[in-house]
Formats: sequence, structure tokens, C-alpha cells
Amino acid sequence: MADIADRASDAAPRAVPRRAVRLPESWFAWALIAPAMIFIGVIVAWPLVETFRLSLTDANLGGESYVGLENYRDLWESSRFAETVGRTFFWMVLSVSLKLILGLAGATLLNAAVPGRALFRILVMPPWVIPIAIGMIGWLWLYNGHFGLLSGVAQQIGLLDGPFEFLAYRNSAFYSAIVADVWVGTPMVTLFFLAAMQGVPKDLYEAAWVDGAGRWYRFRRITIPQIMPVIVSMALLSAIWTFNSFEIIWILTEGGPRGATTTLIIDTYKVAIANFKFGEGAARAVVIVILLALFSLIYLFFLNKVNRHYGSGKE
Amino acid sequence: MMDRYTPWQLVGIYAAMAVFLTFILLPFVEMFMVSLRPLDHLRSTPYRFWSEEFNFGAYSRMWETVPLLGRYILNSVYIAGMVTALTMIFVIPAAYAYARLQFPFKSLSLGLFLGVNMFTGAVLLIPLYRVLRTLGLLNTYWAMIVPGVAFLIPTGIWLLRSYLEKIPRELEEAAYVDGASRLYTLRRVVLPLAVPGLIVVGVAVFIGAYAQQFLFAITFNQVREYQPLPAGLFEFIGYQDVTWNEMMAASLTGVLPVMIIFLFLQKYLVAGLTAGAVKE
Repeated sequence: MADIADRASDAAPRAVPRRAVRLPESWFAWALIAPAMIFIGVIVAWPLVETFRLSLTDANLGGESYVGLENYRDLWESSRFAETVGRTFFWMVLSVSLKLILGLAGATLLNAAVPGRALFRILVMPPWVIPIAIGMIGWLWLYNGHFGLLSGVAQQIGLLDGPFEFLAYRNSAFYSAIVADVWVGTPMVTLFFLAAMQGVPKDLYEAAWVDGAGRWYRFRRITIPQIMPVIVSMALLSAIWTFNSFEIIWILTEGGPRGATTTLIIDTYKVAIANFKFGEGAARAVVIVILLALFSLIYLFFLNKVNRHYGSGKE
Repeated sequence: MMDRYTPWQLVGIYAAMAVFLTFILLPFVEMFMVSLRPLDHLRSTPYRFWSEEFNFGAYSRMWETVPLLGRYILNSVYIAGMVTALTMIFVIPAAYAYARLQFPFKSLSLGLFLGVNMFTGAVLLIPLYRVLRTLGLLNTYWAMIVPGVAFLIPTGIWLLRSYLEKIPRELEEAAYVDGASRLYTLRRVVLPLAVPGLIVVGVAVFIGAYAQQFLFAITFNQVREYQPLPAGLFEFIGYQDVTWNEMMAASLTGVLPVMIIFLFLQKYLVAGLTAGAVKE
């Protein structure tokens, strides 16, 4: 840009009546970014560093003293923590898979050229628009054993022979929370898949259609490969969100019954905020940060591979 | 033609769509039905979806059961509004820098910003609590606004950047050639052109800010008068028993502000949100 400006002013010197003093481009850029950088530095980066430091202490309401790696050793030796990590991954893999499958199915339906699809597209979005906490109030009622819809309907069609409190038993609470999590996450995934599908060049489909390829074949051989980079992106983003999801579980079960829905985030919150064991909580938070960093590296690796393999060549 | 469906395929598509939408909308439909049913009807078994006694009584009684309800809704709107305004102040200059300027550490610093998206507040709550205490912000509106802004800046930069990249450079270059300062060019040339993008990003940030209040509210604020709706709603549970119909009525009333904004702007919003992810 500076080149163009210089060349232009050489060619037509009269066009520069009063030249303002200009910062070099990189100074100006950093001046524009600095406020956001500093703000995030104080509110996110500094607390992150502080989390690492706290994880090496036994900080609680009474004060703190340095304990080295003791918090981490405790976590390493705790079978309950190992269970929590395992549960978190199971939670994440199951929930993300369901979101991706439902999102793909939903996007395919919304992409079909049928009357009414504009309306359908709007109707898919509400779970994303409203606060999660409010959506969960709806699910609390649906899962209510005595008066809720799911238990009531299941009794009427004979699936259950008595009231069933979905959130009161270990297994049912876990899968109920998964369903609610999928409900929250599916609209966003659907929306991105739909946008990706609409970006696939029409002539690819037409060429295949002329050659006699059926719908399923076109879906498998054109749609999926073309939107693969978006699928990979959404898989990771969705994994991070699911891994981090707090409100859904906290409102439905607070991690219970007997720890059945306690994921890493819930465990960290319970230890640090509910029980004021800041040091032990910080160690858990560090474990989360490390796991999230690993995800991101894996993601970048796969995204590179996918982009090369499908030669998207668009960027 | 290629896009034509046989009648049976159409039936299949609509049936599948019905199943999908039932899953998505069932909680809302049921919340609305519950809000209309009298309490003793809700507590009767066997379960009945329909009632002869539907009425809107809960929508007027809820203000008495939880006297601060109106305050909570206003708090939510106020917090989300402040978060949006502050976020945009940080996001606009930064997004412009990433869209247009060349400078050292450009992609590294953008990567760092986006890295913030990996965390939710939950990981950072302990030190964040101390930072807010040091700044004297605990138990104020700011305790919910400040972290809210921090976690929305990255997404805001990302969304606005991809919008600004689509604005033609020629006008800026013309202003620049005429000797306008960089800041003047940004204020008087770029921003007016970017108004549609600013609205989309602002709405996306507002929806995000409206949605994310629960965790910060229950952790950093103990003052009932400052509580936003998602936290205040649980007062319907705190009393002797749960007045479900009023809680649902209050929930639905409380989401009206965002739902209305969303319905008006959904077309632009959806295009704006996905533009960054899908390259043309």
C-alpha cells in the first residue's frame, strides 16, 4: 500500500496538499492491536500464568505456601481423577460424534431444494441463540421423573411402567446430559456444514449427474471430500467446546449422582470454587490447559494433512 | 433436473426434517406449554400434554413470586450491551490491523488471540477471581462485564477481520494518496463502509454476551440486585417448591430480547458467522 501511495504521489505531486505525519505501518498496526492485547493480557494471560504458579502451592482461604509438584503427584496417584479424565474423554468423543453426525444429517436436509427450507434453517438455530442456562431449565423439566414429558410419554406408550427420574441414576444421568449437550451444540455444527455444502461448486454435481451418479454417490464422493476441511475444523472446535462445557452439567446434575457426570471442568470448579482448594484446583486447570493445547496441535496437523490431501487450493 | 425429487423422496426429506426439528424445538414447545398450565395440573399424574385450563396467569404471577425478575432481565440486557460496546471498541482497530496492515508477528499474535477461544472462564476462575478482587470489581456489574469482554474479543476480531477483507481497498488508497492520516482513513473511510459487518459482529457478540453470563454471575457476584437472568431464574427453585409454570414463563420472557434480534438479523448473522470458516 505504501508503494502505491509513493508511486502515485510521484506521478501527481499536486495531489498532496497537506501530508499528515504518518507512523510506519507496523507501529500503527501495533497501536491498533495494543488495547485488545493488553486487556486480554490482564484478564486471560496473567491469570493463566498465575494458575501455573498456584498449582505449585497449597493455596486456600487461609493462605498459601509452596509445595512443589505435590498437587500433581496427588492427581497422578488418584484413581478418582483418572476416572474423571476417562469420563471426560468418553463424554467428549460420544457427544462430538453425535453432534457431527446430526449436524451432517441436518445440513444435508437443509441443503435439499425443497419448499420451506428457509423456514427450517431459522427453526434450527434457537438452542444456539438462547443462554445455555435457560435451555437447561427446559431440559430439567423434560427429565423430571414425576411430571416431566419424557417420563410421562414413555409411561403412556408402555416403555416404562412407573415414573423414571432421568437425572437420578448414574448411567441415565450421564446419557441425559449428553443428549442435552448435543442439543446445545448441534445447531452451530449444522450451520457451518450447511454453509460449506453451499460453497461446493455446482458443476461438480452436474458433471457427476450427467455421468449417471446417484445422490448417495454424489454425497459420498463430492460433498464429503469437498467439505472435509470444515468437518475437521468443526470436529476440533466442537471437541474444545464440549470438553469445556460447564453450565449444562452444572445445572442438570452438578456433576452427580455420585460423580457420574463429573468431567474435568466440573471437578476443577468443585475443588477450587466450591471447596476453596485453590492450589489443587489450579493443578487440575493446568491439566486441562495441557490437554487443550494437545488437541490444538493435533488439529493443526490434521488440517494441514486434509488441506493437502483434498488440495483445496482455495486459500 | 438434478434437483428434482420423487414424491417419496420428498416425503422422506420432510419426515426426517420433522424428526430433526422435533429434537431441536421440543424443549421450547414444552416450556411454552408448561408456562400455560396451572400448577396443580402440572403436578398431576399421569402426564398430559394438553390441558383444558390453559391460561397466561403465570406470566403475571411470576413478577410477584420473584420480585426482582424485571431487574434480572434488565441486568442481562445491560451487561450484554456493555460487553458488546466494550468488545467492539477493542475489536474494531485490531480487526482492521489484521485485515489490512502488514507487520511483524502478525500471524503469531492472531494465533494467540484465537488461542483464548480454547479456554472457557472455568479454567481461569481462581486467578481471575483474585484479579477482580485486586481491581475491586467483585460483586459489581463489572465482575461480569470484564471477563465477558475478554472472552469475546478473539471471536470478534476473527469475524470482523473476514468482513473487512472483503471491502475493496481502492477507496482507502485514494484517501491515503490524498494525504489523509491512517487513523482518519480508518474512521472516515473504512468504518462507514463496514457498517453492515459491524452490525453482524455486534449482534453475534451480543448474543454471546447474553448467553455467557451464568458462570461469571454465580462465581464473581453475590449481590442479588446485579444478578443477570440466567442466575436469577433459579430463585424459582429456591422457594418451598418449584413453580415450574412461572419459571418457564420467566425463561421465555427473558430470551425474547435475543430471539427478536436474532429473527430480524438472522440472514446476515448466519452469512457473517460462516464467512470466516468457508472460503470462497
